[in-house]
Amino acid sequence: MARSPRYLRRRLVNGANLSMSVLGTLFGLFWLVWLLWTLVSHGLRWLDLSLFSQSTPPPVTPGGIANAIVGSLLITLVGVVVGTPIGILAATWLAEFGRHSRLAAVIRFVNDILLSAPSIVIGVFIYAVVVARFGHFSGWAGGLALAIIMLPVVLRTTEDMLKLVPDQMREAAAALGAPRWRVIVTVVYRGALGGILTGVLLGVARISGETAPLLFTALNNQFWSTDMNRPIANLPVMIFQFAMSPYDNWQHLAWAAALLITLAILVLSLVARLLIHSRSFVK
Amino acid sequence: MNSALVSAASHARSARQRRSAAADALFHNVTRGAALVVLALVIAILVVLLVQAWPAFHAFGWHFLTGSEWDPVHQRFSALSSICGTLVTSLIAMLIAVPVSFGIALFITELAPNWLRRPVSTAIELLAAIPSIIYGMWGLFVFAPLFGEYLQPWITAHIGNWPLVGVLFQGPPMGIGIFTAGLILAIMVIPFISAVMRDVFELVPPVLKESAYGVGCTTWEVVRHVVLPYTRVGVVGGIMLGLGRALGETMAVTFVIGNSHTLGLSLFNAGNTISSTLANEFSEAVGRTYTSSLIALGLILFLITFVVLAIAKLLLVRMARREGGKT
Repeated sequence: MARSPRYLRRRLVNGANLSMSVLGTLFGLFWLVWLLWTLVSHGLRWLDLSLFSQSTPPPVTPGGIANAIVGSLLITLVGVVVGTPIGILAATWLAEFGRHSRLAAVIRFVNDILLSAPSIVIGVFIYAVVVARFGHFSGWAGGLALAIIMLPVVLRTTEDMLKLVPDQMREAAAALGAPRWRVIVTVVYRGALGGILTGVLLGVARISGETAPLLFTALNNQFWSTDMNRPIANLPVMIFQFAMSPYDNWQHLAWAAALLITLAILVLSLVARLLIHSRSFVK
Repeated sequence: MNSALVSAASHARSARQRRSAAADALFHNVTRGAALVVLALVIAILVVLLVQAWPAFHAFGWHFLTGSEWDPVHQRFSALSSICGTLVTSLIAMLIAVPVSFGIALFITELAPNWLRRPVSTAIELLAAIPSIIYGMWGLFVFAPLFGEYLQPWITAHIGNWPLVGVLFQGPPMGIGIFTAGLILAIMVIPFISAVMRDVFELVPPVLKESAYGVGCTTWEVVRHVVLPYTRVGVVGGIMLGLGRALGETMAVTFVIGNSHTLGLSLFNAGNTISSTLANEFSEAVGRTYTSSLIALGLILFLITFVVLAIAKLLLVRMARREGGKT
């Protein structure tokens, strides 16, 4: 048993570094707890039914955020309806047809660029091609910006999930005489359904908190409106404007809205995570 | 009679085959079209930004990149303070986030008991799910006042008079500013970097680690001399992915950076980044040159993240290829 100084020093270095690792983890968790606590302590007080029944008020009068909730749902819906099918179809091509071809590699790379493109740049792009062309801000423009952000998320997860479906299943279906599209639609999609759904959920979670691309596409609207051709109220931009305002009641609404939107997104991501863990290890 | 039946059957079969071949071709083309949409989108973004930014580049030339004035009244614009702000805040974020993320990945892969791994990774990943505007509100209304009141005066008093580095920590304790923005960015990118690090650490073949433990290495020595060299490329790739996130982050920074176009040495000064300038000024910009200058800023940001991502991908692909070669 040589307890040499050198051995002691190695033990010490080991202990010090591993403690730093534990501290790092606590450091990360600390911010999460602080953020969530801030939301609950600032937002919970202002949660009541009038939030859901009234539109955003002028300064110093009571009101709710019903118009922003509905607007957000509409814009997100457009984003999902436009972004999801393109994402799933493109992923189908990559996983089933393109596979190792050069074009597939290029598209995967380009998709990753889109995935990490700053969302505000997407906003500028939509401003230039939609808002500037039609001469006014609109819900459609906001929805399209979100669709561009949603698309690469769906594409990425869908392709990963399609790849998990074993080739034997494709071959078995093809051997029964099924044409390729039927193999994909009835066998591959069915096998990867949970994973694809997860991708869509993650995409929704990603876009429903996005503020930057909506600032100069959907803008905001003080009043109740479901007209997608005009500026439309939405939670993120409303939170931004109200939080930065000097009026108490606006700030209270901003905190309440912040709590709501964060809870919704956390629930979405947790559900997606549970789905992915229960599906992807079936193989 | 018999042969007529056979030929009718084969006729029917071939018609059906033709139909399904046509359906196959249609399906193939539709999916390929969708894939090409992605490619077309990225090209369109580049082209549109370039065309719209052209008037600004034409009007100011290289001065747009090197000058520091931003004067909407006299229509003179240049990007240096925004570019510097973007780079400096991201650098601060990396300095904080990389060691912390390494610690977290190390904890999850080597230290934590099995039952703790999933909950800790999920909790850290939830940091990425919180919308950036929430970080902004928390930073401005909760963190900055505390930071400005308690920590900042202490730092200025104790480090502010050091030679060389001291100048970075001087100035009035406002709470907001470049340093605060960098810190919040760090918290936001920790989940991205630690997730990649965790994933590549798990790629290390157990045999390698076990043989190192077998000759008597401590956990730290195994990590330092086996895990890290094996995963070096992947780790750098993960860091670059996090950097890409930090560079483009908008709302959180817009809340806490103070939005000033002046260039200063102190990290406690108010500043701006490309994305915060866009968020603040784009919808109110009047005149062709102003709008065009802002779009030029967006183009520069897109190109910076493009390059960072390309490097990250290259490194991660190399890592994956090496892994593939080994098995």
